[in-house]
Amino acid sequence: MRKYFIFILLVVTTIIQARGIYQHPDAFLDDVFNGEIPKPKFVWFTGENGKKVTSILKHKPASLRTRYWLQGKRSIWILEEIGKEKLITTGIVINDNQIEKVKVLIFRESRGWEIKRNAFTQQFKNATLTSDDKLSTRIDGISGATLSVKAVTRLSRLALYLHSLVVQPDEK
Amino acid sequence: MINRITIIALCLGLTGYAHSSEDVEHLHKDIEQVKKQYIEVKQQLDAAMTAMEKSNNPSSSNSKTHIGGYGELHYNNLDNKNPGGSDKNEIDFHRFVLMFSHEFSDSIRFVSELELEHALTRDTADGSGEGEVELEQAYIEFDLSETSTAKAGVFLVPVGIINETHEPPTFYGVERNNVEKNIVPSTWWEAGAAYSIRLDSGISLDVAAHSGLNTSSSSNYAVRSGRQKSAKAAADDLAYTVRLKWSGVPGLELATTLQHQSDITQGTDSTAGSANLIEAHAVWQKGPFNLRALYATWDLDGSGPASVGADEQTGWYVEPSFRINEQWGVFARYNEWDNRASDATDSEYSQVDVGLNYWPHEDVVLKIDYQDQDAPTGSSEYDGINIGVGYQF
Repeated sequence: MRKYFIFILLVVTTIIQARGIYQHPDAFLDDVFNGEIPKPKFVWFTGENGKKVTSILKHKPASLRTRYWLQGKRSIWILEEIGKEKLITTGIVINDNQIEKVKVLIFRESRGWEIKRNAFTQQFKNATLTSDDKLSTRIDGISGATLSVKAVTRLSRLALYLHSLVVQPDEK
Repeated sequence: MINRITIIALCLGLTGYAHSSEDVEHLHKDIEQVKKQYIEVKQQLDAAMTAMEKSNNPSSSNSKTHIGGYGELHYNNLDNKNPGGSDKNEIDFHRFVLMFSHEFSDSIRFVSELELEHALTRDTADGSGEGEVELEQAYIEFDLSETSTAKAGVFLVPVGIINETHEPPTFYGVERNNVEKNIVPSTWWEAGAAYSIRLDSGISLDVAAHSGLNTSSSSNYAVRSGRQKSAKAAADDLAYTVRLKWSGVPGLELATTLQHQSDITQGTDSTAGSANLIEAHAVWQKGPFNLRALYATWDLDGSGPASVGADEQTGWYVEPSFRINEQWGVFARYNEWDNRASDATDSEYSQVDVGLNYWPHEDVVLKIDYQDQDAPTGSSEYDGINIGVGYQF
């Protein structure tokens, strides 16, 4: 038994690697823009924007602004939100007011890892924002990961709203 | 854009006072100076904002320790249908839980859960009292790769639906269901080591070696009475758990747990011996509909458990629910469980629950339900209303 535990300890101490970083945000941007990442811009959460962002997140945003990347009528957002205890970093691509892609980039929670699976994030594809700031598509949850699912859903709604602020109507 | 307009407006405004080439030259210099100052201020603002965002970022090194928790207050108004039995009319802060976790590094973390049950502990001579302070989780978790982890310490046994996820806003009903309470038996934690692997196909596998149960003939070998709670626990005979889970389709979870106990009395009862648990469950959510179903059964070796019918302890439940909107949900549940199932003696309980949850916030829930229980002859049989409030953070 002692040999068994020593073996486990050796395995643990020699091959420990960081978990949960599924794709670095820079690599996500690199993929989306095929290596030619435009200079980021900022959208500020002030005035009415701030109120709307607070309403979507159900809490005040952690910062006064967020970065985004614009390419024609596509906007790309790297957003973070707490699931149960830890931040979930998510990359969201909006194209013509529809979600083109949602990808969980970094997941730090102990439970709910299933939200990074394509089978889950595919549900967001083509979703739009309704007049009451909900997603047009119903998202099926994951048992034991309700808060993580809600966090990614909130970020998707936020990205759609922010997209509507930064892409002018004639560009849509 | 506004700043550019300001500069142009300033430029236009100043040109109104320009009457000579010398004035124009001065104006150009002034404009260049304003532009330079604008760029400098913008750069300073960007730098300040970036620094502030870094210091405020919860994922930064400043916030490697996290405090969470949950709790629930219950009011039970239950009539005892057993002749001569006492009713249960009580209000109880059933669980007050604080959870501390700490990230030592990106790949090594500490997780804990400290619980005060029933609001009060009392230092009595015989150890009896209203409540308990329990260390339900305290383990170090190591990330071995993107898909696998190992942990050592005190952890929740990977079995059932609510054993690992039991924060009040996550389930229907004021009290946890009796099948998982009496058969699984939840909340169930043990000390040991575990390894988990998660595959992108939605399959996960958990393997654990840990302390075992320690039940006895005085409690008719009921598995719930055997929980040692990692308190100077007898470790003569370990237990081994394997869970296979599939959640390949959003909204669906299928899982089964197998467990082997080397000796469920830790060698103290020669008429008892090893035991095996088989548990299987399904959770299916489709739109507003949700269905939970669970089956669990124990097989205890030895003439001791067999003599009281406890060599088989089994139960199942099915729970359909409907989420009316973000705030309201209704449910019904049918439960059956029997901790002495192998003999002909009437020992089976069944219970029907119906009720609703109201979430004023996704982390806060108010609950009410009605329970109708059927108990073996001569046993307490509680029917009535439960009301509760719960939270998590």
